[in-house]
Amino acid sequence: MLRYSLRRLASAIPTLFLLITVAFFLIRIAPGGPFDSERALPPEIEANLAAKYHLDEPLVFQYARYLWQIARLDLGPSFHYLDWTVNDLILQGAPISFTLGILALVIALVLGVAIGAWAALRQNRPADYTVMSFAMIGISIPNFVMAPLLILLFAITLGWLPAGGWEYSPSRMALPVVTLALPMIAYIARITRGSMIEVLHSSYIRTVRAKGMPEKEVILRHALKPALLPVISYLGPAAAAILTGSVVVERIFTIPGIGTYFVQGALNRDYTLVMGVVILYGIIIILFNFLVDLLYAWLDPRIRYDDGEAEA
Amino acid sequence: MKRIPVFMALAILLAACGASDSDDDTPRPPRLPMPVEVAFDDDGRPLPEVLAEEQVLYRGNGEEPQTLDPHLSEGVPTANILRDLFEGLTTTAPDGRIVPGAAIHWDISRDGLTYTFYLDPDGRWSNGEPVTAHDFVWSWQRVVDPETGAAYGRMLAPVVNAEAIFSGELPPEELGVTALSDTTFQVRLDDPTSYFLGLLTHPTTYPVFRPALEEHGSLHMRPGNLVSNGAFHLTDWQVRSRVVLEKNEYFREADNVIIERVVFYPFEDENTEFNRFRAGDLHWTYQVPSAQFSWLKNNMDEALKISPWFGTYFFSFNLTREPFEDNLALRQALNLAIDRQIITERVTRFGEMPTFNLVPPGLPNYQPYKPEHAEWSQEEREEEARRLYRQAGYSESQPLTVELRYNTSENHRKISVAIAAMWKQVLGVRTRLVNEEFRVFLQNRAQRRVTQAFRAGWIGDYMDAFTFLELYHSGHGRNDAGYNNPRYDRLLERIASERIPARRRNLMVDAERMLLEDQVVLPVFYYMTRRLIDPRLKGWEENIMDYHLTRYMYLVRERSQDEAVEEKASEETE
Repeated sequence: MLRYSLRRLASAIPTLFLLITVAFFLIRIAPGGPFDSERALPPEIEANLAAKYHLDEPLVFQYARYLWQIARLDLGPSFHYLDWTVNDLILQGAPISFTLGILALVIALVLGVAIGAWAALRQNRPADYTVMSFAMIGISIPNFVMAPLLILLFAITLGWLPAGGWEYSPSRMALPVVTLALPMIAYIARITRGSMIEVLHSSYIRTVRAKGMPEKEVILRHALKPALLPVISYLGPAAAAILTGSVVVERIFTIPGIGTYFVQGALNRDYTLVMGVVILYGIIIILFNFLVDLLYAWLDPRIRYDDGEAEA
Repeated sequence: MKRIPVFMALAILLAACGASDSDDDTPRPPRLPMPVEVAFDDDGRPLPEVLAEEQVLYRGNGEEPQTLDPHLSEGVPTANILRDLFEGLTTTAPDGRIVPGAAIHWDISRDGLTYTFYLDPDGRWSNGEPVTAHDFVWSWQRVVDPETGAAYGRMLAPVVNAEAIFSGELPPEELGVTALSDTTFQVRLDDPTSYFLGLLTHPTTYPVFRPALEEHGSLHMRPGNLVSNGAFHLTDWQVRSRVVLEKNEYFREADNVIIERVVFYPFEDENTEFNRFRAGDLHWTYQVPSAQFSWLKNNMDEALKISPWFGTYFFSFNLTREPFEDNLALRQALNLAIDRQIITERVTRFGEMPTFNLVPPGLPNYQPYKPEHAEWSQEEREEEARRLYRQAGYSESQPLTVELRYNTSENHRKISVAIAAMWKQVLGVRTRLVNEEFRVFLQNRAQRRVTQAFRAGWIGDYMDAFTFLELYHSGHGRNDAGYNNPRYDRLLERIASERIPARRRNLMVDAERMLLEDQVVLPVFYYMTRRLIDPRLKGWEENIMDYHLTRYMYLVRERSQDEAVEEKASEETE
């Protein structure tokens, strides 16, 4: 197990390297530069700025310089937010996105699994249809519709919650967390229901039932654990996406997370900021895929990573 | 069965929408807080009993500032914060007039080339140190130093040697500024620049505190490090969350500053800002959602402020390529075929003023040249457009095919679609609309290799027509039309060196006439600023430059129930 983990982590390094390389050259292909603006800069000043940020060097040199820089865990200065480094921006924004993401994730997981399992046990009955129709709506209402509706209802009409802005307080976090969690609850509920139904029809469940095990124990001990496998594989990328922040939720609730930096950074040609977010995103994805694989082994006794040989 | 949840969701939707719609006809308490009647004391200051207990101003402020270093900054949102933080030699009154700032008075030499500023001896930085002439000398040298990379360094171009220092031929110390004493600052100019005092309200000309820069380097604008000389100082800055300023007790006019704290919130989305205003979180928005005009007019009229701005929305032609190169008649035809009235009344809808001019009205020293066709009816214009179109060699059987380029934005798209439709209808022109992401658009415009007709727009940097006219000097970096007319260049140079105001004004009118007669630009309308302002915020006045200093403002109390009843009773007896 330990050897497997170490090998997985070691293989992450070339993956990240590849990611950095592709992203570095891709963003530079985009026309225009970070210091272009409606007000044209005098050519001498433009040249000076380019020199200051080494943008006048050949791209390969810049790339080598960048690699050396990130090897020292320095993501460089932001080209757009001139008073901050990329490290500053990510360290300010990431905890906020993480907090919202983790809360949404926990809520979605608990409610989604519970609802899904509940519906599976009432398969094809009215309760099942009702819950699953709600889930379908949850999936199909985009968050840029859901968020303004929630604001209109809870902030403007009822006045119970603030319309946006950020503080580490339950009232400020409530609406964004709900917006983030709703579609996930729906997804998880549908996945859980589907796999739960499948598991309930499998032969070993029939066996334990035939042996006279109480239904409650059948569900909780034998059915739920394997039914969670598809949920776990969904959670890997979904968790990575939600932890790195949502552009829509951050814009609508004015939350200073890191979700917006990717798009804004690209539009501003803020090369270093885009790279910083790409690297962070890459690390989180790799980490979560790894965690998912470990969870698999724990949930499904048939999966073992002995001495690196995975048998499924 | 499946219908039920859908139905319920619809019901929720309707309830949410209905809540706002039903307000239009059912009487409800006003959604906006009603202020008390303001009363003043003998010095013209509001009486303490009308003031709100908490003098904290919450203000929506567009984009997150790129930097709070006044010399590197650009953009309106950043300038809004910097005008509260810093003070130039001159400043503006609530109505936009230029009034003494850090300098209480000044002398201008007879030839208009030497300005001597006498600084307020009470001027203090936010750490209590005196503001001296040496601070200005050092700060201005920093601005022109090419190492600094000042975005707006050109503002100081009129000063002796500035151009040579920009290009690295002279060291910054050679700039034509001197500290004659601790409180006397002298500036020498190359040409009598009549708008020079106006330039001094621009953030690029603000002083910065040298010891803070030397001690903190690139971290000098962080809260705790930033030292400023304006009415407020920086106490908190959370990126993309808020910038908080508090009253600077050392400010020379601190006794007259009523607002204790200003919180600037950045917004990436106008609807979000609008919701925050409706929820009562903001006193002042940066903009309003363009699609909400009728709703705002019906529901928030007393908060909606629409005022003229010193800017023009126009389109322009690439004069270095087909089909517009050497084809004046075609450019004129396209200009005349546009019905500006329809664009401002049906598309933009916020009371924008249609125009055939480049320079906006409202300048004290300028009467814009009015083209003849501005007086015609739209039918006459269209008639003439068709004649010119044929003269240019096009007809219904041989229509012009043209690309109209704009940067991605809902408003630009709508306006471009309307223009393409008018060209099609009047002349039969086939227009291909091309939208591009902003930086791609800027680069294409500047390179002039692929552009034909394109969107442009300009907000004046200082109160003078020259800020618009200089754009079309053959060497100007934003001359995206590629207009290259030696007569025009000479005219601009004469304007720069002309000392007699009346003659200078006539030269500027001639220059604008030349630009319009050569049909370099296709003006559409003058910009308006539009925002929501809480009725309790007083001291805000509209002005064409759109400069609003918090130091002139204050918040008044909300009218209590009794007062409202009393007022109503007195209204009824009347």
